[in-house]
Amino acid sequence: MGAAVLKKQFESMLGGALDWQSRPEPDLVPTGVPEVDSATGGLPRGCLTEIVGPASSGRTSLLLSILAAATARHETCALIDAEDAFAPHSAASAGVHLSRLLWVRCGHSAEHALKASDLLIQGGGFGLVVMDLGDTSPQAARRISLTSWFRLRRAVEHTPTVLLSIARQANAKTCASLVIECGRNAEIWSGARHVSRLLRGFDVRAQSTKGRKQCSPVFTALAI
Amino acid sequence: MFACLHGLGNLTPGDLTSLAFEFSPTVEATSSNTVTFDVGGLDRLFGLPQDVAAAIARRARECGVKANLALAANPDAAICAARGFPGVSMIPCGDEGKFLGTLSLTVLAPSPNLLETLERWGIRSFHQMGALPPLGIAERLGDEGLRLRELARGEADRKLLPIPEPLAFEDEIELDYPVELLEPLAFLLARMINGLATRLATRALATDELRLRLKLETRALHQRTLRLPVPTLDTKAFLKLLQLDLEANPPAAPVVHLWMGVNPVKPQAAQTGLFIPVAPEPVKLELTLARIQAFVGQGRVGTPELLDTHRPDAFRVNSWGRPSAPLARTAQTVESPRLALRIFRPARAARVALASGQPSFVMADGVRGKVLDLAGPWRTSGDWWTPDPWHRDEWDIALSDGALYRIYCAPRGWFVEGSYD
Repeated sequence: MGAAVLKKQFESMLGGALDWQSRPEPDLVPTGVPEVDSATGGLPRGCLTEIVGPASSGRTSLLLSILAAATARHETCALIDAEDAFAPHSAASAGVHLSRLLWVRCGHSAEHALKASDLLIQGGGFGLVVMDLGDTSPQAARRISLTSWFRLRRAVEHTPTVLLSIARQANAKTCASLVIECGRNAEIWSGARHVSRLLRGFDVRAQSTKGRKQCSPVFTALAI
Repeated sequence: MFACLHGLGNLTPGDLTSLAFEFSPTVEATSSNTVTFDVGGLDRLFGLPQDVAAAIARRARECGVKANLALAANPDAAICAARGFPGVSMIPCGDEGKFLGTLSLTVLAPSPNLLETLERWGIRSFHQMGALPPLGIAERLGDEGLRLRELARGEADRKLLPIPEPLAFEDEIELDYPVELLEPLAFLLARMINGLATRLATRALATDELRLRLKLETRALHQRTLRLPVPTLDTKAFLKLLQLDLEANPPAAPVVHLWMGVNPVKPQAAQTGLFIPVAPEPVKLELTLARIQAFVGQGRVGTPELLDTHRPDAFRVNSWGRPSAPLARTAQTVESPRLALRIFRPARAARVALASGQPSFVMADGVRGKVLDLAGPWRTSGDWWTPDPWHRDEWDIALSDGALYRIYCAPRGWFVEGSYD
């Protein structure tokens, strides 16, 4: 008996044709930024998401919002910090529960960050794993082979973990399910020059592609 | 049912008692080389009394304890059999007198006067002693004689005088030859860990701390302590953690003596809820973190904790899963995204050109540009009452390279602390 006949019999028993090819849509978790959530739907679980952009483009502000939202959901998070750039004070002010955050300081080594991410994802149990290559030079980040990204994507597949990568440019290519490209629109200063002038924050344009539709939500990262 | 172990050769009293405690909580240290313990109920675990005896004998062999073993319905019969018969003896219930009959009276260790009297009467064995009439014994030899007769007939019954269970879980190995490489050392460590884990398991205990003390050829001591966030008996995890720890902190000279101790605690009994987010399995995560620490370095993996000070970037990294001190500043719910700072560690030394007392051009490693906009200076200082005071003037600047930075001027010069992102 052929597979096609079996399939037909099975479908007739269930009362209709089944879609055998498509995979279920991944669960989405909120980023903590309503503008980004409404545009992208959130971050997919079991997938790799890339947040890219140049320095001072709002990538880390978005990351801290994501971490704050995840730790508020009592999820255990891991931050693999390739360049040792994480500021705990800044994170605590952004609402991140530091006791639920595992911080791995890789001491300026993207290779170590990749290895640590792999080990932590294989271990399982994390709600969010972040690989921060934000200050890693584009040349060093590009040296991470596509095979390594594919391995990470496979490791996180079918798990409830959100894998996030922060970098200056997109590195994972087709391995990333969602790419959010950040850019700074304008800084917000208050006060006259030389007189009680303050950096109040800046507007961030988070451009992404979802279902072949471009969206560019804008949010404001406010200074503390 | 009672069992008695009578040690042969050079054995410490601890060897026999620790072996007995593996099978029963009621253990009597009858003499320096004899222990008696209650094995009633072990048949449910092992089966027939012969199986119980076989299990005890097997464990004694594993521990390197050379001893005679006897099982009987009363403790004194078991003691007499263990002292009198070599190997393993099983005394059937009700046949104690017949079984012990051939033994010499010296096994009972009577007083010299009594022994001399019995010798003169020609009474030398248990059988002969047990056959004497009780009334005549009472008239001629008193209470001691009657007691000896009861023992000889295997009819004496009494309660054990139990000793408290020692809770020191330690093991040591003296090596014949110094061990230099970690791989052969791992075999010895595995043996010790397995032994300690078995001892803990028999008492329904686990451990959350393992201490290792290595005596080196140079007479120096190399000590390591491993702590786990939850009690466990996972010997493989402990061995791997020890291996990773010793690879990161190898002993300076060949090892001649090993000592290992564990902290006995009750195993963790907790049930997680269906709707609680999953968390990493503690022991597995500890192993993963040890593997990560092996290449990123000690103290670089953990939970950040803010320190109760105004000193910039003051934090410490606690080991994962360890309870930390109450936070000076706890996380609060934040409605909108906050501007984040990315720190340059160490701060990058900068050359700053000033115009009207304000930075106009900044040059540092990876940072170079004309100042387009700025806010500052913000003067901060602290810890002036300590030997390590600090003070600095901070600026937030927008550079022509497109980024926003925080720079500061300290007594040692200008630095770029980080970038806003």
